[in-house]
Amino acid sequence: MLKRLFQKERARRTSLAQGQVVPDATRCVQCGICSFNCPVEIDVRRHAWRGEAVQHSRCLTCGECVARCPRGVLTFERTNLFTGAEK
Amino acid sequence: MTHYALIGTGVAAISAAEAIRTVDQAGEISIFGEDLFSYYSRPGLAYFLTDELEANQLFPYRTADYQKLRARFHQASVRRLLPNEKTLELDSATRITYDRLLIATGAQTIALKTPGADLNGVHKLDHLADARALLANAKRGRTALVTGGGITALELAEGLLARGVKVHYVMRSERYWSNVLDETESRIIESLLLREGIQLHHKSEIAEILGKNGRVVGVRLADGRSLRADLVAYAIGITPRIELAQAAGLTCERGILVDEFMRTSQADIFAAGDVAQVYDPVSQKHVLDSLWAPAREQGRLAGLNLAGQAASYQKPAAFNVTRLAGLTTTIIGAVGGGQDADLAGIARGDSETWRQLPDALVVQSGFEVNHLRLMIGQKHILGAIVMGDQKLSRPLQTLIHQKVEITPIHAALLVPQAPIADILAEFWAQQHTLQSLQALENH
Repeated sequence: MLKRLFQKERARRTSLAQGQVVPDATRCVQCGICSFNCPVEIDVRRHAWRGEAVQHSRCLTCGECVARCPRGVLTFERTNLFTGAEK
Repeated sequence: MTHYALIGTGVAAISAAEAIRTVDQAGEISIFGEDLFSYYSRPGLAYFLTDELEANQLFPYRTADYQKLRARFHQASVRRLLPNEKTLELDSATRITYDRLLIATGAQTIALKTPGADLNGVHKLDHLADARALLANAKRGRTALVTGGGITALELAEGLLARGVKVHYVMRSERYWSNVLDETESRIIESLLLREGIQLHHKSEIAEILGKNGRVVGVRLADGRSLRADLVAYAIGITPRIELAQAAGLTCERGILVDEFMRTSQADIFAAGDVAQVYDPVSQKHVLDSLWAPAREQGRLAGLNLAGQAASYQKPAAFNVTRLAGLTTTIIGAVGGGQDADLAGIARGDSETWRQLPDALVVQSGFEVNHLRLMIGQKHILGAIVMGDQKLSRPLQTLIHQKVEITPIHAALLVPQAPIADILAEFWAQQHTLQSLQALENH
């Protein structure tokens, strides 16, 4: 049980550390909950409008925008620093 | 220099203006809208009601964005369109000539015609001003009665509940959103609503809204029962705002008829978004969608065509994501269903495509909060509803949009009680690997 919890937490932290927030523009209605909840005031909604990943130097990958989006627009995708972004 | 006139300030008009600027930097763009608040996220009003965001967050555009468009905004309503003279007449009687015109006037709520509907305390949800009026009336401890089918009625109910208002939800049909959801799905949503504390009244309708001193004090239902209520909120369907186009002689049915280039029956006039009934070459019908993503795409294509760059609209499988009773729900393609007694036509966030009855077999899986329904045709998946866990929703989007052949898993999916989510996930993983390999080869 404890081991499973540890593994889950490890997976979560890995995705936070190695991931970037990627929008699916077709799901987005520009409500702005993502930007509203960003602790470092990144305009995540703008990225969603353009269909661009949040490659912002200030992004903490805290996951707040991903969790709050009511329409599942945002996900974490793994980034590989050496070969660029991959799904 | 071309003068583009765009009527409307919703996503279709903004998207059109952006597209025009990708082609024509010099032309003049004028945007006409009655809405005091200009461009904002109308679907986002639901989350403003639930207090998940503040009203000023609903505006995606900043001053710099407007400057980049170099468009002139006119807060004015257009009272007449004179196509032969290529002229618009504003309410102030000012006349403005254009070279090319886009009508993106959207749709509006069908008005409630029940006796008492004009009382103070009866609300709809078209604009930010409506949301503000509703919230001003939604004081903690009050009682509200919500009526209608579809997404907006539920958004009203949940918004009011979040503000501490006691909510009665009155519906004519025997279950929630019966023209899109099947019985199991309706019951899932209803059980969650009940748990949240919303009281449901099925096969029920308002006969009269009761008032005192001009204000709502309750309702009398058709079965004779009376309920005390401080406010009534309704969403019984929407109607495209075609009056201007109709009066100008443009061909209209329920919406303004446009071809796949978003062109109306007049060569220099285009329409996009909720007001447009778009020709679909596949079904050979003109179809209404009242969804955000198609409105944006139609606006973009209309913009390109307005600026002289021919681009045709490829109607994708109808797709929408919404949140019903806290449950993220994705609806893709044709999912069957029929008429809903609570809706006079189409609902906001709705597509007629969903209601097409596909020649398909239905398979279902899941439990209360993770539910998956697939409409399976001879070779493809024709439609799907994904409730709760959304992991499969993106793969299904691709499988349905791209009409991927599912022959290898067709039989397995149709076995009673088959673990369809697992089968799909495995199939998707294989597909994904295949596509990645093909992409590498093409590289």
